Amino acid sequence: MKVLAIETSCDETAAAVVRDGREVLSSVVSSQVDIHSKYGGVVPEIASRKHVESIIPVILQALDNARLDLDSIDGIAVTRGPGLIGSLLVGLSVAKSIAFAKKKPLVGVNHLEGHVAAIFLSDRTPVFPFVALVVSGGHTIVYLARDFQDFVLLGQTRDDAAGEAFDKAAKLLNLGYPGGVVIDRLAKSGNPEALTFPRPMRDSLDFSFSGVKTALLNYTRKREKPIEEGEIPDIVASYQEAIVDVLVEKTMRAAALNDMPRVAVVGGVAANSRLRSRFMEEGQKRAIEVFIPPPVLCTDNAAMIAVVGEHLLARGRRDGHDLNAVSRWPLETLLK
Amino acid sequence: MGEGAFTLEMVSKRAEDTFRLGKTLGRCLSPGDVVALMGDLGSGKTCMTQGIARGMGVSASYHVTSPTFTLINEYPGDITLYHLDVYRLSGPVDLEDLGYEEYFYGDGVVVIEWAEKIESVLPIEKCFIVHLRYVDENTREIKISGPVDRMAKISQALSQGGFI
Repeated sequence: MKVLAIETSCDETAAAVVRDGREVLSSVVSSQVDIHSKYGGVVPEIASRKHVESIIPVILQALDNARLDLDSIDGIAVTRGPGLIGSLLVGLSVAKSIAFAKKKPLVGVNHLEGHVAAIFLSDRTPVFPFVALVVSGGHTIVYLARDFQDFVLLGQTRDDAAGEAFDKAAKLLNLGYPGGVVIDRLAKSGNPEALTFPRPMRDSLDFSFSGVKTALLNYTRKREKPIEEGEIPDIVASYQEAIVDVLVEKTMRAAALNDMPRVAVVGGVAANSRLRSRFMEEGQKRAIEVFIPPPVLCTDNAAMIAVVGEHLLARGRRDGHDLNAVSRWPLETLLK
Repeated sequence: MGEGAFTLEMVSKRAEDTFRLGKTLGRCLSPGDVVALMGDLGSGKTCMTQGIARGMGVSASYHVTSPTFTLINEYPGDITLYHLDVYRLSGPVDLEDLGYEEYFYGDGVVVIEWAEKIESVLPIEKCFIVHLRYVDENTREIKISGPVDRMAKISQALSQGGFI
């Protein structure tokens, strides 16, 4: 089956064509990062307007790259939530229009399940069940992934998401946007042990990143003189290390508690180079197989949405043209 | 705020104080109330909102997390809590896109983080404004102001709680 997928849940306009949920025939992502960097974050009004401008060219490009036209597509998958409603509606409206005009089956896909499914587009793929860490600007959640649509929540953030902790630190240090990418780059030349930041490891599998953000704030406020550019690498490397330590430790603990020898790390923050290498190291030490998609499949894209779409369509799922966007849609409720 | 406003000043010595202060405030809130939180990164806005939620009877099974990415989180309680974060918005124009009037003039309680960004559209006549200021590592200075007829009860509750 050849599935056309559309993703507009946040600040990327994306379309992709994937064959049999495995082979990416095309994947086009039009990022709004340049526009948003002026504002230091995503601006919803701008996000939805840019989606309107980009969505048709992005879909046409995806079809063109795959050397296909709409008639040769077997089904359409679209991100339905969670995300910004105004942004989601742009992709949803276009998907429904195409499905109606071309009489193609349509399915709505959960963005978080898409992130997990990105792992099936990698060279090495896990079999169900496995423990999945979904870590991005808006989410930090650990699941037991038993099958498509079948997720058990094991732990989640109690305050800020990990990606948000990166973004806010970058803002605090005037490093620019997107914060995670800038910190990843600067931290490479820094010493991760230069400073000590808190690593909240309470007994539960829940995360808390608000304290590490405040600790950085305290550090900047308590100093007598302003931070010089040369000090930044050590500061961000130490800050990044604290976040990475917590993500790795909690995820590995979740795997151990569930007797699970397989872990997948997905979502935008899974593109962080330090997080990737630390997970691979710890996996080897603990005899847990770690799966991380290539960075281009960690950040938002439509190919991952097509993987879930393929699965749902193959099972006979069809959504009507009354399909609506949802801002909140917990993964563990898919079966209900 | 002009006449008819009333300001209470407190000091929070630790995050738990900010949480308890929020909880006390949360118990005094009624349907339709709007709480505008103003203060820098790390000043305790999300912490205070967690307290307000608990005071309003939002079940402890809900983790009140930062809505920076999602913009609005909704929690069912004795009264529904709408937790907004306008950090990423450029200003009031963006807020219109969220359909904020439905929240501001609805039956729930609205708590807004980074409210200073949208000050011009706050329903000032009924709004509680909370300023949180970083003093040092653990200490935050907190000022609450609001309609004078409502502040008496809040003042009483806060003094019973040992905050003032």
